[in-house]
Amino acid sequence: MKKADAIRGYLERIMQKIGRPVRLMEVCGTHTVSIFRHGIRSLLPEGLELLSGPGCPVCVTSIEDIDRAIKISEQSGAILTTFGDMMRVPGSYRSFYEARAEGADIRFVYSPSDALRLAKKTPERKVVFFGAGFETTSPLVASVIKVALEEGIKNFYVYSVHKLVPPALRALLQDKEVRVDGFILPGHVSTIIGIRPYEFLASEFNRPGVITGFSPDEIIEGVGMLLRQIASGRAEIEIQYKKVVRPEGNPQALKILYEVFSEADSYWRGIGNIPLSGLEPSERYSFVDAKRVFDISVQSKPEPKACSCGEVLRGVKKPTDCPLFGKACTPERPVGACMVSTEGSCSAYYRYGRY
Amino acid sequence: MCLAIPSKIINVNGYNALVDVMGARREVSLMLLPEEAKEGDYVLVHAGFAIQKVDEETAQDSLNLLREIAEKLEAEGY
Ligand code: SF4
Repeated sequence: MKKADAIRGYLERIMQKIGRPVRLMEVCGTHTVSIFRHGIRSLLPEGLELLSGPGCPVCVTSIEDIDRAIKISEQSGAILTTFGDMMRVPGSYRSFYEARAEGADIRFVYSPSDALRLAKKTPERKVVFFGAGFETTSPLVASVIKVALEEGIKNFYVYSVHKLVPPALRALLQDKEVRVDGFILPGHVSTIIGIRPYEFLASEFNRPGVITGFSPDEIIEGVGMLLRQIASGRAEIEIQYKKVVRPEGNPQALKILYEVFSEADSYWRGIGNIPLSGLEPSERYSFVDAKRVFDISVQSKPEPKACSCGEVLRGVKKPTDCPLFGKACTPERPVGACMVSTEGSCSAYYRYGRY
Repeated sequence: MCLAIPSKIINVNGYNALVDVMGARREVSLMLLPEEAKEGDYVLVHAGFAIQKVDEETAQDSLNLLREIAEKLEAEGY
């Protein structure tokens, strides 16, 4: 408790210097979970608010992409592979899990390498990897695609819904409804991309950002660094998570990433289309692009009307403001994607929130 | 989903390595590492790939945190 008081006192002193309410957004789902699990919100002084942003790749994958992947899985000879987190995301009619129960061959894998291995083992089948995830994950998928080319594996495909974090932050700052004074930036995404892609936050929008680790102490330190910047009128991108993140990121991973993928517009569930916020296989690698190889024509339904996921992902509403929260929508029976993933804001509120 | 877990390299075999991830042994790819890694080094592993080298102290700190989280999860019945 002593430590809690000391932390609150420390943050309070900076807040007094600032002299107005401050809203900080944590962009990464892993931060959201850590903040809840360690009760960090209860340590915050009056006037300081933490919002959860669109930092869960499962939550922002569009209904249409889920529907299309299911359509692919129903085509003759296809095996759809994906990370386990994606299995329960509701599509227009079914989730991957439900499609599998009806006979589609959908398997979850721990690594994209497992999907490539499966393709080698079953040359008579077409193995499709549903590639979801931010910059932490997309270089892995890129390197697997490179290996497929090098080894001449012809029955391996990728359906990319990979998304980029910085363009989403730009979209948020251009959105009049969104009010954010600074960003707690993701640790492991930044391990790959480094500082540079975030610099526009400071230079164009005058908002500070701090790349932050995941332990409670690191998060508190990151919040303190942001508040100190705001108190002294600075806006810079700083690294709290120095032990792991280098300013230049991981150049090797970036090189492979941009050799295999090109930036393209991408649809974020609950937010909409964001220019150049996604990754698709580049021309040279278009032979792995499942969107070109398979029939993906579907009639998708719109998002469930009552679901406020879009506002929740943009930090405009809290999950508890949603009329379905905890009633029609629970982690066991999710209506929206924010309730499916353990890193989704609605799910985190449901499990740890005092509502 | 973007969580990477520190792991100790047991041995290196070309572009792959056998690592110890919280007591389990796994084969991981070293293709994305910006620098060379050898036996005894710690790397952050995300979905079967080492994405960054870290020092032992950093690795131990985050492993302790992950263990704590895993225990809490278990206690909560997840
Ligand atoms: S509680 Fe469920 S329905 Fe409401 S916003 Fe969250 S995911 Fe959507």
